Parts: sequence; structure tokens; C-alpha cells
Amino acid sequence: MYDFELVKPASLAEAVKAMGDDGAQALAGGQTLVPTMKQRLASPERLVSLTGIAELQGVSAAEGRVTIGAATCHADVAAKAAAHYPGLAALAGQIGDPAVRNRGTIGGSLANNDPSACYPAAALGSGATIVTNTRDIAADDYFQGMFATALEEGEIITAVRFPVPQAAGYVKFAQPASRFALVGVFVARFADGVRVAVTGASNNGVFRWAEAEAALSGDFSADAVTGLTVPADDMIADLHGSAEYRAHLVGVMTARAVRAAG
Amino acid sequence: MPKDGGIGASTKRREDMRFLTGKGRYTDDINIRGQVHAHFLRSDVAHGRINGIDLSAAEAMPGVLRILTAADFAAVGGIPCGWQVTDRHGQVMQEPKHPVLADGKVRHVGDPIAMIIAETYEQARDAAEAVLVDITELTPVLDMKAALAEGAVKVHDDLTSNLCYDWGFVEENKAAVDAAFAKAAHVTTLELVNNRLVANPMEPRVAVGDFESHSDQYTLYTTSQNPHVIRLLMGAFVLGIPEHKLRVVAPDVGGGFGSKIYHYAEEAAVTFAARLVGRPVKWTSSRSEAFISDAHGRDHVTKIELALDDENNFTALRTDTYANMGAYLSTFAPSIPTWLHGTLMAGNYKTPLIYVNVKAVFTNTVPVDAYRGAGRPEATFQLERLVDKAARELGVDPVDLRRQNFITPDMFPYQTPVAVVYDTGNYQATMDKLLEISDHAGFEARRAESATRGKLRGFGIAHYIEACGIAPSNLVGQLGARAGLYESATVRVNATGSISVYTGSHSHGQGHETSFAQVVAEMIGIDANQIDIVHGDTSNTPMGMGTYGSRSLAVGGSAIVKATNKIINKAKKIAAHLLEASEADIELKDGKFAVAGTDKSVDWAGVTLAAYVPHNYPLESLEPGLEETAFYDPSNFTYPSGAYGCEVEVDPDTGKVQVLSFAAADDFGNIVNPMIVEGQVQGGLAQGIGQALLENCAYDGNGQLLSGSFMDYAMPRADDLPMFTVDHSCITPCTHNPLGVKGCGEAGAIGSPPAVVNAVIDALQRAGHAHVTHIDMPVTPARVWAAMNG
Repeated sequence: MYDFELVKPASLAEAVKAMGDDGAQALAGGQTLVPTMKQRLASPERLVSLTGIAELQGVSAAEGRVTIGAATCHADVAAKAAAHYPGLAALAGQIGDPAVRNRGTIGGSLANNDPSACYPAAALGSGATIVTNTRDIAADDYFQGMFATALEEGEIITAVRFPVPQAAGYVKFAQPASRFALVGVFVARFADGVRVAVTGASNNGVFRWAEAEAALSGDFSADAVTGLTVPADDMIADLHGSAEYRAHLVGVMTARAVRAAG
Repeated sequence: MPKDGGIGASTKRREDMRFLTGKGRYTDDINIRGQVHAHFLRSDVAHGRINGIDLSAAEAMPGVLRILTAADFAAVGGIPCGWQVTDRHGQVMQEPKHPVLADGKVRHVGDPIAMIIAETYEQARDAAEAVLVDITELTPVLDMKAALAEGAVKVHDDLTSNLCYDWGFVEENKAAVDAAFAKAAHVTTLELVNNRLVANPMEPRVAVGDFESHSDQYTLYTTSQNPHVIRLLMGAFVLGIPEHKLRVVAPDVGGGFGSKIYHYAEEAAVTFAARLVGRPVKWTSSRSEAFISDAHGRDHVTKIELALDDENNFTALRTDTYANMGAYLSTFAPSIPTWLHGTLMAGNYKTPLIYVNVKAVFTNTVPVDAYRGAGRPEATFQLERLVDKAARELGVDPVDLRRQNFITPDMFPYQTPVAVVYDTGNYQATMDKLLEISDHAGFEARRAESATRGKLRGFGIAHYIEACGIAPSNLVGQLGARAGLYESATVRVNATGSISVYTGSHSHGQGHETSFAQVVAEMIGIDANQIDIVHGDTSNTPMGMGTYGSRSLAVGGSAIVKATNKIINKAKKIAAHLLEASEADIELKDGKFAVAGTDKSVDWAGVTLAAYVPHNYPLESLEPGLEETAFYDPSNFTYPSGAYGCEVEVDPDTGKVQVLSFAAADDFGNIVNPMIVEGQVQGGLAQGIGQALLENCAYDGNGQLLSGSFMDYAMPRADDLPMFTVDHSCITPCTHNPLGVKGCGEAGAIGSPPAVVNAVIDALQRAGHAHVTHIDMPVTPARVWAAMNG
């Protein structure tokens, strides 16, 4: 790890100001950034810690929406969102291990947009709104490919607003080593239709599976997606599975996510 | 039995208190006043020519004391190999130079190029980034068969090819084996890969070198399984330091699994550098560094064939194996695919004719050497997969085909056609025990229940034999070992009767401190708490060969028995004097020396005190004191064996394999501490299941390690494993060591991989996937799915 300066702002305003400095990098739970720095693959001069800012913390529910402060750790979401949005809480409770869940944050996960992370599936599958210090971004506009998002330089996620669906389920097939999602599928049924978001599988990061959405909007059952396939062309192929295998798992995990949604 | 447990007691491991409460003294816990830190700049390409190294910027960096490259080691030797194999043509193996730091070429990702010594670790790392290495990348040699093709790029320019040796065993049998195949009623053939593994002990390697100029005394603290071997190899062959001026200490080392047997370049480098910079020099491997610098294990590509007659008797076996040596020859690398592999190809079977061919190949990968089981898992895996495949082809029960061809109890001692002589065993008994403890009779009902949940259940079996208790020195000398393989012990009895036992065996998880004490406690009849086991420091233990090959109790324990017997014999003389009786009439029982047929006795402490306060003592005929040393050199290997059974469920939608149960029925001969034995078996099973289902050390086409961290290298975790059913009640004691023990450290890792894969194949075939006859390890979900849909 290289030397760096650690800034611990007490308010969002201070954080935004600190992020304006050269070489500044937002630090949330650090579950990706810190190991990357330890490997000397990242060398920010200044880390702006967001986890000590009270206004970025917490889970609240109102008017059919659950709003989660960006610096809320996964364990807190798993515990505090359960009553309001059980599908989301269940997903948060499956991320990583207890150490990761007590350090990693929803804002950090969405800002990083790892193609195998769980939260992008929940945000896209729920049609969430990513709230930043400057604007609201619809999930459909936010995710722009592997590790790429709509965030501007210095822009800080402050909260994520989830519309609460009638039913939702998330099932992931774990990569055997990292236990990130080899393929993870989040299914959410709303009054006006079903959304299906797939993580882990695609070279383009999290994506919506339109064909499954259409089928499930007509018949929200595992049988409805039987026989549907996604093309393997854009799927990730690596040590842990071929593109064809991942494409196959998208179908299997979608059916299981529907069953999990109940 | 002594009240604290002698032989046969499941005494709790005394070492666990320090391990479980954070009090272990690991190698990285050692810090010497004034020490500086070393960092190794390693090659990030698999194969390249070093055109030049510019240190000028790096040397000017803050805190830098010295930067060493190959030129600084010009006057010292290279890293030696401890075994020389002679090939089927009578030629000795090709043995490349192995410089401490890369000299002229880099030969694998991780090959050390420069050693940066600085006041702090971070300063050393910073400076490493300022070292400019001009490398011309060369085509990497990766595929073993391609490496042997005419005109292939060479890993070592000064060798004639990438072939280390072409070993045939037993060469004289080759024609007879081929003839038996020509007239076989059935031939079963299997091509398979034994996957490359990374050992991943809990503590990465550490080396701290120290030098005292006033006495010319070097000390190396290192994560080693055999400090005396390191002293000999590094002292004599690399740095030219006489043994009396070099002390090697291996304290708690956080496990080894074989990877800490070898002498590594970093050990020599820190020891050498300590004198050069006049400060103690410490190096601690990072986990990432361990992946590219610790010796790897396995990595065989094999074609194996079994010939059977029309009554399903095995008539001949033939194998053709390519064994990856990596870029250099690690300490014991040449012996693993040969003498620890070819000699086990008979397995538990009376196959009369066997021919084993092994081509050892240099590639631009990390060196490969022994890893828990070392050659024997490779032999067992191919043989037990092959027998299973033969049974399926012939339509007979895999259990029955094995039973029919087992060596029977009346055939021991049994001379195999591959040189070794099994002393004892009873394979029908271990098979019977396995079928009992695994409830084999209830399998069909369990399979039907799995089917109701849409899961495919399978049962797999494997029977293994291994050669442990390594090894008779005169024999291994003939086979090319450059060391003896005896073990040593000094038993030092203190004046008031407590005992310190100094053993040449090293303990890094095996529980020696507990079980060795039980042996001495049993022999003398005193409480085991009176006895301490001391190991891991060449300054106070007799020359020992260390711990590997399930040898410590069978060889090291036997040395302790010999030394303790010397103690008892002398103590009896002292007791006879004190009791004014004839030595022949003295009996030792429960820590008391008594005159047979009388009530006259003297207790243990009375005798030991007399030995050190010899006021009433036969000084004219007996030296004072009570301390004895013994060396034990075994007359044969030991041959643990066992039957392993695995039940799995395959999820047909994803290909995921879940191990539901695993049963092990082992014959380890006599047992000193059943609880420790069970722990050893459980650990071995976890590693074997890890190899079978999860672990995959894979390189890409450029020689970059794809699984270079735990993000991609899948270690087995608790939830990947079932509860184990372990039994060791089948006992045929070893006939040639005093304890009748065989060794248990590697069995679990040897017998389990074929049982797991056989279970997966069984599940798939029962479900109608008849075309799936083999899946290479690790049997990942993706591979199972591909096989089912292939």
C-alpha cells in the first residue's frame, strides 16, 4: 500500500468539498478498494471516508418505498429492511461473509459496479433510484457496463430509493472460490409488471432480461420461464464457467428466484 | 496405563492451548533487534531473457540498504536438488542450474530477480518498483507434450531438451506387460489429469537471517518441516557455511502439507544478506507471493490401461504419465512421480505385471514437488478411477471387482511387481468395515429419496495403499536420494525424573508434542505431563530428516522408542545397584523398578536422582547421568491402506456436486492417539475433497496464473464438507517397527479424490448419462454440466 491521506468528513457537504481536491477517492466500506490498494493496484492520494457521515446512514420506509443511506452496511440492510422489503434484506444477508457484511456498504457496491456483485441486481431489478449529492439517477440509466456507472467525477451516492414490489426473490449461484455471483438473478413483481435483473453473467455487467420479464408479467411462475434462453454471446467465460454455462444458469436461477419470491 | 494417557489414549493435544489462544510462536512472530526487511522483485512474465537490470534509481530510494541480483550470488552455489533419478536408458536426469536469483533468464511468473533490502518493508517494496529490468519476452513452455516436441522452445538453454527424464518401471517387464495386453479379454483405458494444486498452509513462508560477526555464527529462522535438511542443503551446498556455524530454527510454522520441506532461494538469500548488510534480514511472503513461489503439487497427465482375462482377473497394468516439474527441480521433485508413484501402482491388487512410464518435463511454471501424499495420490487416483471404469464396462459391481482382485491376507508379506514388499494388510476387512459404516445397504433407499427432490445420488468407492514411514536409507540411496531418511531422538532425563525428548521430527500440526509423550509415558509408566517434546532447532536436537511422508511416528517415534529403551536399560542397572539385586531381576512397571518376586522397589524419581547425584552409584561400571540418543533407520516402508466411500448428490440443473457423506475405514496399524488420528484423517479428507471438487491451479496461455488468489483458487470450506465417519479399528500392525504403526497423515488426501469422482460418475450413470465415464478434477459445476450436456 502506498501512503495516502485519510479525510473523515462529518457531513455530506464536507465530503463533497473534500472530493473536489486532486487525487481524492471516496472510501465507503473499503471491501474492494482497500485490498486493491494493498496490492498497489490503486494509489489514491486522498481517501474521503463516507462511513462516518450520519446523513448517509440508515434504512427508512415511507409511501411504498424503502430508502437506504449509501453508507449503510449490508448487515444493517439485512436486519433493518427485512420488515419493509424482505427480498432486498435477504439479498443483503447473502453478500460475502459476516466481516464483509459489516463493513461493505450499498453505496460502495453500486459505485464500484462489480459485474458479479449482488446489489446491482437488486437496484436494477427493483427499478431503484440512485440518489447522489447532485441528482436522482434511475437504475436503468445508472449501470453502464462492467465497473462503469453514470456517476460523474466527484459525485457521491447519498441514498438508494427502492420501490417495494409485491414479491421479490434473489438467487445466486456462487463462484466456488470467491462466492461472488457466478450468476445471480433478482426478480421483482410489481403491479404493472415484472422486472428481472441478472448479475455475474454478462461482460456488460448487470442487465435486464426482457424476455423473462414479459413471460413472468403474464404468468409469475417458474414454469413461465422454462425453455427461455439468453444468448451466450456476451456472457463471461472464465476458469469457473463457459459463456454457455452462464447463459444456462441465467434460466435456472431465474426460475429459482421466482420460486423464492413465492 | 499412565493416568494421563499412554499409548491408545485420546489425550487432548497439549499444543492446541497455545494455537487456540493466539499464543503460538509462529515464524513471522520472530523479530530481531535491528532487523531490516527484504522484498523480492519477481518476474511478471513466464519466460524471458534478462538484458539488463538498472538499480540506480532504486538504490537511491529512502531506506534502501542494498539490492542484490544474480551477480551478487556468483560465488555461491545454486539451489540443489535432493534426488537424482536415472531413466529407462540408464541416463541420469537432466538437472538444470537453479540460481538463487534469476540469472540471464526468468523461467516462471514469480521467479525472483532482485532482492531489495530496506529499513522497512514498504520502503523495500517502493524501491522494487524503481528497479528497471529490461526483459525480452520469450515464448512460454506450458503444455507438457508440446514441450517435448522436436524443436520446442527450451526452458533451459543449456539442456538438450525440456525432458528431465524418461523413466520406465520396471523396464524389464515392459515386453511381458505388452504381451499380456495383446491377449487380454478386456482392456479398460482412461486418460486423465491430476490437477495442479497450491498447498496454502495457514502461515505463508517466512525467513529471517541473522549473522554474528564476532563468532561467524549464522542463524536462520524459517518456516520449515525439516530444519536439519535446510542446514545441510543451504549450509553445505549453497552458501558453504559449515554446520557448526549455522543454526536453523523452525518454530511453529503454521502448517506445511509438504510445501515447507524444500530449501527455497529466499532462505539462502536472507542468510547470505544478513552478513552482507550486517543486520538481521527478514522476509515474509504475502499470500499472493505464496501462490507464485511456494512449490505446487500434483500436475500429472496420464493414460492408464488395465488388462483383464475373461474371468475379470487383472492381468496387467500399463501407465503413461507426463509429470510437470515446473521451471526448476525442487528438492524432492524428481522422486515424486517415480519412486513415490510408480511403486504404488499395484495398489491393493495382485496384478502380476505392471509397467509405468513417466516423462518428467520442464515448463515455465512454478516448480512442482510433494504435496500431502506426494505421488501416492496420483497413483491411487488413476488406479481407482480405472478399476471403477472397468467394473462399469464389464457390468460388475465395483466393490466385487476390487474384492476379486485384492491381495489376500495369506499372501503377506507380498512382493509387488513394482519393487516394494507390503508387510501386512487385510483389504477385505477394510472393505467390509467401510460398507458397514457407510450403510451401503441403505444406499438405494437414499437414492430414491434424492430422486424425489430431483437430485442425482451416487456412491463412490476407492481402496488405497500408500508407502509411508519414509524410508530405508540404503534403499533410497540406490534409488537416487542424496540424503538418508533415518530419524533421531535424544531422551534427556532430568534429575527429578521429568524428561525432555529432543526429536529430529518436526511438528507443524501433527500433534507430536502430545503423541510422542504418550509413547514415552507408556514405556516408563510415568505421567505424560512429566515429558516434554522439543523439536525444530538444530542447536539442540540431533540430526533429523524432518516430517513428511507420514513418517514421524513410524520412524521418529521408533527412534524415541530406541532411545527410551536405552534409558530404561541403564535405569535398571542403577535400580539393581540401589536395590542390591541382580539387573536381570529388575522389572519396570508403572514407573517403579521392583525386584521380581519381592516387595523391594525404587521409584522412577529415585533412580533418576541417583543418576545425577551419584553418591550411592556403581561409578566403576556405569557413567552418571541419564541421557541417551538413538537413530532409527527403517528396514521397509510402512503400508497403510483403507477403503473410502463417498455419497454425493448432483444437481442436474446446475451440475453442482454436494458431498453428503464420507466414510473412511483405515488400517494404520497400531494407534497411539485415536483422536489425533481421526483429526489427521479428517484434515486429509478435506484436502482430498478440495482437490476433487474445488482446487484448480491453472495457467493461461501466456503462463500467467489464473488462480493466483483465493478469489479464484477455491479452498474447501466447512460448508463444502459433510460430517465424516472415520474408523480405524481394522488393525494389521506393521511388522518391522517397534510400535507396529504405519502412519496416518496423508491417507485422507490419498484415498478421497477417486472416491468423490467415482461417486459423481455413479450418480450420472445411474441417471442415464451413460456417456459420462470420466470428469477431470476439480469436478466443478461447470464441468459436470458440460459433461452431462456434451
